[in-house]
Amino acid sequence: MSWPDARGYYGAYGGSFVPETLMAALAELTAAYGVNRRDARFRSEWEHYLNQYAGRPSPLYYAGGLSRHLGGGVKIYLKREDLNHTGSHKINNTLGQILLATRMGKTRVVAETGAGQHGVATATVAARFGLSCAVYMGEEDVARQSLNVFRMRLLGSEVVSVASGSRTLKDAMNEAMRDWVTNVRTTYYLIGSVAGPHPYPMMVRDFQSVIGREARRQILEQEGRLPGHVIACVGGGSNSMGIFHPFLADREVNLTGVEAGGLGLAGGLHAATLGAGRPGVLHGSYSYILQDRDGQVSPVHSISAGLDYPGVGPEHSYLKDAGRVDYVSVTDEEALAAFALLCRTEGIIPALESSHAVAHAIRLAPKLPSGSIVVVNLSGRGDKDVQVVAERMGVEI
Amino acid sequence: MNRIEQRFRELAGQKALITYLTAGDPDLAATGRLVRAMERAGADLVELGLPFSDPVADGPVIQRASQRSLAKGTGVKAVMALAARLRSDGLACPLLFMTYYNPVLQYGLAEFARDAAAAGVDGLIIPDLPREEAGPLLDCCLVAGLLLIPLVAPTSIPGRLPVVLDGARGFVYCVTVTGVTGSARATDSLAEMSRAVREHSSLPVAFGFGIATPADAVTAARHADAVVVGSAFVRLVEEYPEPQALEEAVAAHTAVLKQALRRGV
Repeated sequence: MSWPDARGYYGAYGGSFVPETLMAALAELTAAYGVNRRDARFRSEWEHYLNQYAGRPSPLYYAGGLSRHLGGGVKIYLKREDLNHTGSHKINNTLGQILLATRMGKTRVVAETGAGQHGVATATVAARFGLSCAVYMGEEDVARQSLNVFRMRLLGSEVVSVASGSRTLKDAMNEAMRDWVTNVRTTYYLIGSVAGPHPYPMMVRDFQSVIGREARRQILEQEGRLPGHVIACVGGGSNSMGIFHPFLADREVNLTGVEAGGLGLAGGLHAATLGAGRPGVLHGSYSYILQDRDGQVSPVHSISAGLDYPGVGPEHSYLKDAGRVDYVSVTDEEALAAFALLCRTEGIIPALESSHAVAHAIRLAPKLPSGSIVVVNLSGRGDKDVQVVAERMGVEI
Repeated sequence: MNRIEQRFRELAGQKALITYLTAGDPDLAATGRLVRAMERAGADLVELGLPFSDPVADGPVIQRASQRSLAKGTGVKAVMALAARLRSDGLACPLLFMTYYNPVLQYGLAEFARDAAAAGVDGLIIPDLPREEAGPLLDCCLVAGLLLIPLVAPTSIPGRLPVVLDGARGFVYCVTVTGVTGSARATDSLAEMSRAVREHSSLPVAFGFGIATPADAVTAARHADAVVVGSAFVRLVEEYPEPQALEEAVAAHTAVLKQALRRGV
């Protein structure tokens, strides 16, 4: 498994479909990352901040309450990325990229965000390392994630509300790219997913793979064997790629990515890119996208702002076609039910994104033999989502 | 010979005016009338924007135009049909499609090149398709007799010029600002950009992005063979809801740009 190739392709997927203005910057970034990833000092500095600042390693927690509730002797483990500083896996990547940005002499970063988790993680590291920061966020997401907007502002970042297109993550990414096109000489674009042009999908995967490396070691320590299943939610696909990648060579481990089924795949209002899309070019790479016949990108829907995205990282497209990872979807309703169940059985409030992965584990467990081990990546905590959930329950807070 | 190459040969050193409209904004019939008005008023080449839902190289003006056009249901086939109609009505100037890669890819590269050429289109400008990814489409364009116009940005200089201009035909589209379409006035050094490009290519040089007024056009044309004006025309579409007034405004702006280029002051 040595993808991507020199041109940034994972099989047929990937590449660099960006305006000419950015091509020199991508080459510069590829070169800088190539040097730094092999630099022991860069790695040890990144690991220092992961451990001392972000709180790694994150626990691999045996979810006894949920497992007992589901019965049948299936053991569910949660990889607790929700316990990281800033509340999600996003900090793993932003720490890596901000160190790279400072080594490249950049003074400003821009980022896109959906739920706000990547925006908060970027604002956090920008504050820590003294770079100015602008976070682009769709107008609709600004409204449904107001807590995260305030957090980013507290951290000294500018939050730019994006009113174009569908006013969600996709349009935030368009606007961040336009900012980068305009300010490319001073600005570093800190992409939060395994999407975008080469080398981002590779770089973000590498930084997030710390999740899977830890989880693999931890399950071997705790159970003495590999899990039968690893499950993670997929929007752009960074937390799932991070936990899957170190397990790719373990053919006996089933890997399942869970996309946002929204209101159901039949009605068209969902964000199940791999389940219902077809290959095309969006945001710099060739990958599955949700689009109409003319190649116009489709409107998408998910209760979870972080999964509300019509594209997916190119390596996921490759893994889907190769048959190494299964991609399924979970509806808003199923995710909400899983959210509630985890709250009550474990005392853990999961992010709505991660609730999709939990929902699939709940669905899967009854079909597995007793003693099966299932690892779920709990990519983030749900504090940011309580308002949306309260609204759905008809509760005013 | 392709109509674009023919036109630059006929101009024999006179500065060319390239104008842009987003097809289907306010509607396709209006786009047809406006293209004819542009040609009558002195436009030498016309670019038609095929709208895309996620135009990352475009500023707010063309973004809005794309959204309006898509909301009207403008499809690729309908814009091809418009081009064919313009040709059969006697439009003589070279016609280019400006669009993004995905609509072309979904249509099918070979099919798109074939149908666009059959409709009388002469060239394609695709801002999110850098030279490194353009091979498959270039092959299809070659077969169809269509030119894929290379884009050069301030950040292409000097290292990327040999890559970008390798085998280029038609003209070189120089993006004069580090930014998106409709940006504030071109600030990067135009003379230097022109000189650098001409070191690698003997093709005509066109400057675009950030050129709106006759004064902008004249300044840019000092170092170029052609200037591209886009967002300024799209803004007129927004300002003039009445069809006749819009047509007159578009013709008038085309005429003053062309006059300024002729006088060269």
